[in-house]
Amino acid sequence: MSDLEKFRRETRAWLEANCPPEMRKPMTSDEDTFWGGRDAKFSSEPQRAWFERMRDKGWTVPHWPQEYGGGGLDGEQAKIVRQEMAAIGARAPLVSFGISMLGPALLKYGTEAQKKEHLPKITAGLIRWCQGYSEPNAGSDLASLQTRAETDGDDFIINGQKIWTSYANYADWIFCLVRTDPKAKKHDGISFILFDMASKGVSTKPILLISGRSPFCETFFDNVRVPKSHVVGTVNRGWDVAKYLLQHERAMISGMGERGVGRPLGQVAADSVGHDEQGRLEDPILRGQIAAFEIDEAALAAAAERAVDLAKAGQSHPAFSSAMKYYGTELNKRRYEILMSAGGIDALEWESERSKGGARPRAWLRTKANSIEGGTSEVMLGIVAKRILDLPGA
Amino acid sequence: MALVLTEEQSMLRDSARGLISDKAPVSHLRQLRDSKDATGFSRELWKAFAEMGFTGLLVPEDFGGSALGCVADGSLLAAFAVDEGAKHRPLQTNLQAKRSGNGFKLNGAKAFVVDGHTADLLIVAARSAGSPGERDGLTLFLVDPKANGVAADRTAMVDSHNAARINFDNVEVNADHVLGEVDQGYQLLEGVLNIGRGAVASEMVGLSEEVFGRTVNYLKERKQFGKAIGEFQALQHRAAQLYIEIEITRAAVLKALQTLDANFDSAGAAVAVAKARAGSTATLAVQEGVQMHGGMGMTDQFDIGFFMKRARVCQELFGDANFHADQLARMKSY
Ligand SMILES: Cc1cc2nc3c(=O)[nH]c(=O)nc-3n(C[C@H](O)[C@H](O)[C@H](O)COP(=O)(O)OP(=O)(O)OC[C@H]3O[C@@H](n4cnc5c(N)ncnc54)[C@H](O)[C@@H]3O)c2cc1C
Repeated sequence: MSDLEKFRRETRAWLEANCPPEMRKPMTSDEDTFWGGRDAKFSSEPQRAWFERMRDKGWTVPHWPQEYGGGGLDGEQAKIVRQEMAAIGARAPLVSFGISMLGPALLKYGTEAQKKEHLPKITAGLIRWCQGYSEPNAGSDLASLQTRAETDGDDFIINGQKIWTSYANYADWIFCLVRTDPKAKKHDGISFILFDMASKGVSTKPILLISGRSPFCETFFDNVRVPKSHVVGTVNRGWDVAKYLLQHERAMISGMGERGVGRPLGQVAADSVGHDEQGRLEDPILRGQIAAFEIDEAALAAAAERAVDLAKAGQSHPAFSSAMKYYGTELNKRRYEILMSAGGIDALEWESERSKGGARPRAWLRTKANSIEGGTSEVMLGIVAKRILDLPGA
Repeated sequence: MALVLTEEQSMLRDSARGLISDKAPVSHLRQLRDSKDATGFSRELWKAFAEMGFTGLLVPEDFGGSALGCVADGSLLAAFAVDEGAKHRPLQTNLQAKRSGNGFKLNGAKAFVVDGHTADLLIVAARSAGSPGERDGLTLFLVDPKANGVAADRTAMVDSHNAARINFDNVEVNADHVLGEVDQGYQLLEGVLNIGRGAVASEMVGLSEEVFGRTVNYLKERKQFGKAIGEFQALQHRAAQLYIEIEITRAAVLKALQTLDANFDSAGAAVAVAKARAGSTATLAVQEGVQMHGGMGMTDQFDIGFFMKRARVCQELFGDANFHADQLARMKSY
C-alpha cells in the first residue's frame, strides 16, 4: 500500500470516529456555519465537538504549516482530506474569511511576526475577519478607492467609508485597502492594512438584503489610528496583495457551484413535482434542465479538482480563478432557479415554520449576489479576455 | 490521480499533433473530399497511425496475429454497426438474429456505420431475444461484409467522412462468430460505446480548442471601426465565456477518461457528463467561430466550416448531449 493510500485509510477512519452524525447533514441555515471569533457561540454540542476535534488535529486548515495551527499536509494529502470529508458529507468545521482570503495573502506577503500573530488565531477560530475593499464609488473599479491613510509618526490615521462589508458588525478585525499616496496613479498609491474593529473611530451600520437578512454593512472610519507595522507587504504596493487575495476569494466563491454531496437535484425536485408512470420527473422540461445542470455541476467539480492539480504542477494561470468564479456562481444561480421552480408554491413561503422561515426563497435571493460579490461576472469575463486571452484594449 | 496529463501522455499528444499537422491538416481532408476519393480516407495515413502505435493503444501486445492483433496493427479495418434509426438508441436495437442450424440468421438494417463501406469486418449488434428497449436479448456478431446478403451503401456525410447504411438479408453467421455471450451482449456493447464516447468527446475538445485558437487570433488581426474587433467588449465576453466552457469541458473529459481507466464498470456517469458537455461545447465553439469570422467564416475556401461540419457529426456519434442528459437522469433515478 502506498503512503497516500495509507493516509486515505487513516483519514477515513479518523473522520468516521470523530465527525458527529449531525455534522454530516447538509447545512440548512446560517446557524449551521461556525464562523469563530471573540463572541463566537456554537449552535449545538456536535458543532462544538466537531470544531474542537478538527482544530486539535490542525484540520481547520489542513494545508497550512503546523506552526500556525494548520495540519502541515501537502497538496495530495489535503486533497484526500477534502475528498474523504465530501464522501461522508462532513461540514466545514470552521468557515472564515481568515482562512479563505487573508491567510493565503499573509502566507505570501506577511512578515514572520505578522504570520505568528494572526494565523494561529485564524486556525483556532479565535478572531473573525472582514474585508474592507469596496466603497460607495469604488466597486468594479476597485482601484479608484478613496479611503485615506495619512502618516502620523509610526501610525497611519485612517478616514473614509467602506460598503458591502460582509459581517463587519460581527468581525473582530478587518483587512482593508487604503490610499496612502493620493498623488500616485490609482493602482500605485494603495496599501493593504490590518486593524482591530474595536479601534476608536470604527463604526458599522447594517444593510438589509433582498433576502430579508442583513449580512453586510456600511463601515465608517473616523480618525482610526493604526500602527504602520500593520501594513502587509510594501506601503503603496497593496494592489499586489489585494489582487492575490482576490484570486483566493474567487476560487472559494466558485466552489458554491458544486455541491456534489446529498441527494441528486432531480430527486429533490421529484419530492414536490412528482413522477410519471415510468418513474421520471413529472415535468419533462424541468427534468431536462436539471440533467443539463447536473452535467455542468459534475464538469465544474472536475475543473475545480483540475485547477488544484494544475497549480500543484506549476501549470496554472493566475487569472484562472476568475474563470472558475464566473462559472461556479452562474451555475449556483441556476441551481436555485431550478429549486424554486421545482418547489412551486411551497418555495414561496417566507416566514412559516414549515418553510424554516422561508429558507429556500431566502437562499435563492442570496445566490443572486454570487455573481456580484468578489467581482462581478462581467468583470470576471473582462479579466479572462485581457489576462488569459490577451485580447487588445481589454 | 491528478487531473493533468502525465509526462508520457504529453509526449504521446505531441507526437500525434506532429503527425497530424504534418500529414493530415485540414487541406488533406479537403483534398479527399474534392477528389471524391473512393475510400474516403487515406489508408496510407492509417498505416502511419498504426506504425506510431495509435491504433493499438487499447490492445494488449500479446494479441499479435489474431483478428484483434490485426485491428491493432492497422491491417484489418473493423466497423461498428449499432444504430438503426435517426438517433443513437442502442437499447432499441431491432436487427433480428434468429437461431438457424449451427448459428444465426441476421435480418434488418444498420445506419451510421462509420467507414462501413470499406470495412474488412463488421461488428453488429443484434436482437436475439426480447423486444426493443430491453437490456437482455442483445448479441454482438462478427460479420464478414462479403457474406451473402450483406449490402452496404456508402453515405458521404456533411463532414466529408463516410458512413454506410447496411442491409442484412438472411445473413448466415456461425455460432463461433458471437462476441461475448448470446443474449448478454448489452454490457459489452455499453462498455465499448463508453470508450467510443470518451474518444469522440476528446476529439470534440481538440476541435473546440482549435476553432477557438483560430478565432481568438482573428479577433486580434481583423480591424473594423479603426481597431481590432477583439477590442469590442461584446466579443471579448463571448470569447471569455467560450474559453471557460472549453476548460470546464476539458476537465470533465479528462475525468471520464481516467475513470474509464481506473474504474471501467462504473464510468457511465462520468462518460455521459463528458460526451454531453463536449457536444454542447463544440457546438458553441463552431457557432461562435463562424460568427466571429463574419462573411469569411461562411466561405468554403476558409477552413472553419470543416470544423462546424465535423462537430455536428461528432455530436450525433454515440449519442448527442440530450441522449446523455437523459442517461444521467436515469442513472440518478429521476
Ligand atoms: C452579498 C455581497 C457581499 C459583499 N461582501 C463584500 C465584502 O465583504 N467586502 C467588500 O469589500 N465588498 C463586498 N461586496 C461588494 C462587491 O465586491 C461589489 O458589489 C462588486 O465588486 C461590484 O461593485 P458595485 O456593487 O459597485 O457594482 P458596479 O461596479 O457599479 O457594477 C454595476 C454593473 O455594471 C457592470 N460593470 C461595471 N464595470 C463594468 C465594465 N468595465 N464592463 C462591463 N460591465 C461593467 C457590473 O458588472 C454590474 O453589472 C459584497 C457584495 C455583495 C453583493
